[in-house]
Amino acid sequence: MIPDEVKSLPLVTALLNTAPDAVLGGKFDRAEVTLEINAEHIVGVCAYLKQVQNFVRLSTVTGVDWYPQEPRFEVVYHLHSPERNERLRLKCRLAGANPAIDSVTAVWRGAGWYERETFDLFGVQFRNHPDLRRIMLPEDWEGYPLRKDYPVTGDRV
Amino acid sequence: MSAGDIPGVTVVETEPAEQAPEVDARPRRMTLNMGPQHPSTHGVLRLVLDLDGETIVASQPDIGYLHTGIEKEFEVKNYQQAVTLTDRIDYLAPLSNNLCYCLAVEKLLAIEIPPMAQWTRVMLTELTRLNSHLVWLGTHAIDIGAMSVFLYCFREREDILRIFEMYSGQRMMTSYFRIGGLALEPPRGWQKRVKSFIDVFPSRVDEYEELLTNNRIWIGRTKGVGRISIEDMLDLGVTGPMLRAAGLQWDARKSEPYSSYEKFDFEVPTRTENDVYARYLVRIEEMRQSARIIKQALEGMPEGRWTADAPHVVLPEREKMKTEMEALIYHFKIVTEGFRVPAGEVYQTIESPRGEVCYYVVSDGTAKPYRVHVRGPSFGNLQAIPCMIQGRLIADVIASIGSMDFVLGDADR
Repeated sequence: MIPDEVKSLPLVTALLNTAPDAVLGGKFDRAEVTLEINAEHIVGVCAYLKQVQNFVRLSTVTGVDWYPQEPRFEVVYHLHSPERNERLRLKCRLAGANPAIDSVTAVWRGAGWYERETFDLFGVQFRNHPDLRRIMLPEDWEGYPLRKDYPVTGDRV
Repeated sequence: MSAGDIPGVTVVETEPAEQAPEVDARPRRMTLNMGPQHPSTHGVLRLVLDLDGETIVASQPDIGYLHTGIEKEFEVKNYQQAVTLTDRIDYLAPLSNNLCYCLAVEKLLAIEIPPMAQWTRVMLTELTRLNSHLVWLGTHAIDIGAMSVFLYCFREREDILRIFEMYSGQRMMTSYFRIGGLALEPPRGWQKRVKSFIDVFPSRVDEYEELLTNNRIWIGRTKGVGRISIEDMLDLGVTGPMLRAAGLQWDARKSEPYSSYEKFDFEVPTRTENDVYARYLVRIEEMRQSARIIKQALEGMPEGRWTADAPHVVLPEREKMKTEMEALIYHFKIVTEGFRVPAGEVYQTIESPRGEVCYYVVSDGTAKPYRVHVRGPSFGNLQAIPCMIQGRLIADVIASIGSMDFVLGDADR
């Protein structure tokens, strides 16, 4: 469901004309636009937004864990266009068992480290990432600390 | 860099020796580990350099040595307690991080901050910018071999830290901005202290410039060094003075004004040379502009409260608690369980001394943040190191990474 106030934004209208199946939902809240994107289409949507709509910057990529809801993970992309002075949030929902999504490093090289961080702390796999390794934690670390079922305190030192 | 670039130095071409010395047939490729405990990597950055002689063929930054799980810790603190975590992310710009987090939560709560608190926030974040730029300038100059600049910079930094101490009781981890305004009423006599600092500060910047701007060695080590195209920087996530030294006039204080920055008159300095020297000039000019903002804040400081009119968020005054039942109830509720924040998510951006700081705060309607993600400028900037130093000399690595002005706490969180 895409609310009308989101649908009427020129950017969203243009995106819906180009890729009608890609947008699953959206909201306009506290002056920020969020679009929920079908995870299959994320690379295509990002390439379109960068090349045609001038979102030349990827500000950050991160995750949110909605455990125990399903689909459990959200991968969140914050795009920015200095020229248009606009920001846009994209979201993809991923199922809890073996979460994986295509990497957007081919669109913005800068996604590399942000996706590594999301992999490191949430355990989301990014397909076609050139160098998907842990970035914050040691390579032999077990588990993904920012998941909600990972304890904040415990035996692990 | 070559000696020929230094003004006043002529390089005399020497004739090649007639009989070539015996050539060392061993391969010249080697891998060099720079850091994590290297004085000029400013914290615990490790760079794995692939060298051919003295030229860098490839490099691989390795971060994470300062990872403390701050984002996880946010989830077990209530909203107000979590302010203290934001200080510790970028420890050279604690108030900038305080501000960004508070603005994000205040946006979720939809509360209005009184003008006096907004102006004080602007004034103190600009002092933070000076503080951060002074540490950057001093350490960057030491890396390149100019020892005395450091001592000059830290003299002024001490004055700034004393002002912070006067306001909050703390020199570095101030936590002075709280959700809903300021932690305490501004101290008596702050005007005099800030005025005496800001009256002399521009002349101090002249002193730094006297030491460096026309210094032949400084120019030789920094001009033409550390170039990276503007397209590469945007693609890799570089922000802040790095972009402005390449000619992109983008500053969140102007483009997405927050905390009443739109009421201040200042310029966003840019250069086009896009090298270490240009980044130095941009930051020097930024210091002068910050001084302008502080002066305006000092002269035009509005009267009024330092906290918002939001009794469910801001602790009541002590005196009211003795006479009003509601005040006592609010106090009990806020202290025991914190305050609930309406469900939703916001992405708040500010311009920190290093570039774009963003806080992504997700609320599920309870008294603790469901998720906080910090987009620190250092993380994005560090990612550009391989692109920036590839094919350059190892001696230029120090100048190049110094010009990025990163803080590893900000990158590793």
